[in-house]
Amino acid sequence: MTLSVRIIPCLDVTDGRVVKGVNFTNLVDAGDPVEMASLYDVEGADELTFLDISASSSGRETTLDIVRKTAEQVFIPLTVGGGIRSVSDVDKLLRAGADKVSINTSGIARPDLIAEIADRFGSQVLVLSVDARRARTESGFEVTTHGGRESSGIDALRWVEKACELGVGEILLNSMDADGTRAGYDIGMIAAVRSVAKVPLIASGGAGALSDFAAALDAGADALLAASVFHFGTHRIGDVKAYLAKHNYSVRNVVAT
Amino acid sequence: MIAILDYGSGNLRSAERAFATTGQEVVLTSDPAIAIEADGLVVPGVGAFSSCMNGINAINGVSIVQERLQKERPVLGICIGMQIMFSQGTENSQGQPFKGIGIWNGVVDRLNAPILPHMGWNTVEADPNSVLLKGIEEESFYFVHSFAAKFSVGEKQSWSFYGERFLAVVEDGYVCSTQFHPEKSGTAGLKLIRNWVDSL
Repeated sequence: MTLSVRIIPCLDVTDGRVVKGVNFTNLVDAGDPVEMASLYDVEGADELTFLDISASSSGRETTLDIVRKTAEQVFIPLTVGGGIRSVSDVDKLLRAGADKVSINTSGIARPDLIAEIADRFGSQVLVLSVDARRARTESGFEVTTHGGRESSGIDALRWVEKACELGVGEILLNSMDADGTRAGYDIGMIAAVRSVAKVPLIASGGAGALSDFAAALDAGADALLAASVFHFGTHRIGDVKAYLAKHNYSVRNVVAT
Repeated sequence: MIAILDYGSGNLRSAERAFATTGQEVVLTSDPAIAIEADGLVVPGVGAFSSCMNGINAINGVSIVQERLQKERPVLGICIGMQIMFSQGTENSQGQPFKGIGIWNGVVDRLNAPILPHMGWNTVEADPNSVLLKGIEEESFYFVHSFAAKFSVGEKQSWSFYGERFLAVVEDGYVCSTQFHPEKSGTAGLKLIRNWVDSL
């Protein structure tokens, strides 16, 4: 009995549509998040993440509707992030059918929000998303905001420690340096955050080659999140799982592709 | 008809839809009359042991479960809904453990593991006579918890391991429970739900 590593595809959603939609031939509508979620489920995804990048409140309402429809047909854990600023926002998403929410900027702006959400719903619903990059802070890693464009002036390791104390249930670590490069995860950053995080760690940013996934696990990640390598069909989820299984990592549901 | 006990906020939609895949009528309810009369009652888990018991007590949930069992009507606890079937839980307690429903004796305690929660897909060592796990003995199920029962109770026990051995499934007459979330465990979880509904 061994806990499997988790492979988590992330869908960027705006106004009810998937951004960076894919060319899977078996999709009727590549932009439909519910259909893509179902496809990833069938392919062996261990969880799903929707990142709501809608700019408007009507876009957010649409996202609630997508969460409802997804929860009606996909029976694996669903995390939703983007634009969550209050306990009431979390309540709406959970009632719609999300299992977890991820917060980022709003947690930096008001750290007490972390404790408020954890107290009300339990730590297990709360993922802290950390957009970090290498910088001359105490640990050598800093937290950024606005998609990596702005420095928050906060040291990434101290922030993770504090958030664990406040009650987050999981850390999603996004390397802003590695993001989009497909040159591999930031292994040093994963190892550094692993050394201070007492909760599960999801690594994100930089996945390219299949061996990159294994390297991130070796550095201490418990789960791996990726967007573009799956959306653009560079790798299928089954390919990643088959590779990891072959190299003796514990994975669930290896579906041949 | 399957009733899902609604005693607080959280994701109950997934449970509702997952149990509906069996073709049964499913209702979310906090009404004792409906909860007692249903063919099967599901007690989902919301938040921590203490907040969960507060929610249960607010709707007189302890007597709902007790009355059902007296009338030999099936109850299924999920995740924290399993944990509160025990007599005590230490989550968030400062010294004195919190009181549970008390169907089984014993204290639900923190798992001895460096990284908590135990979050993700794990396998189980199924009891050879398990009804719930029949046909899915080798499958993985989705767990999210930091506390567990680490001792044997009931008629049939299926175990899992994270840092230490703990109860993943208990089947004990009319009351069954799973530490993992069948409603979040894909096709294997839906099969478990089907097995339970077929046993009603």
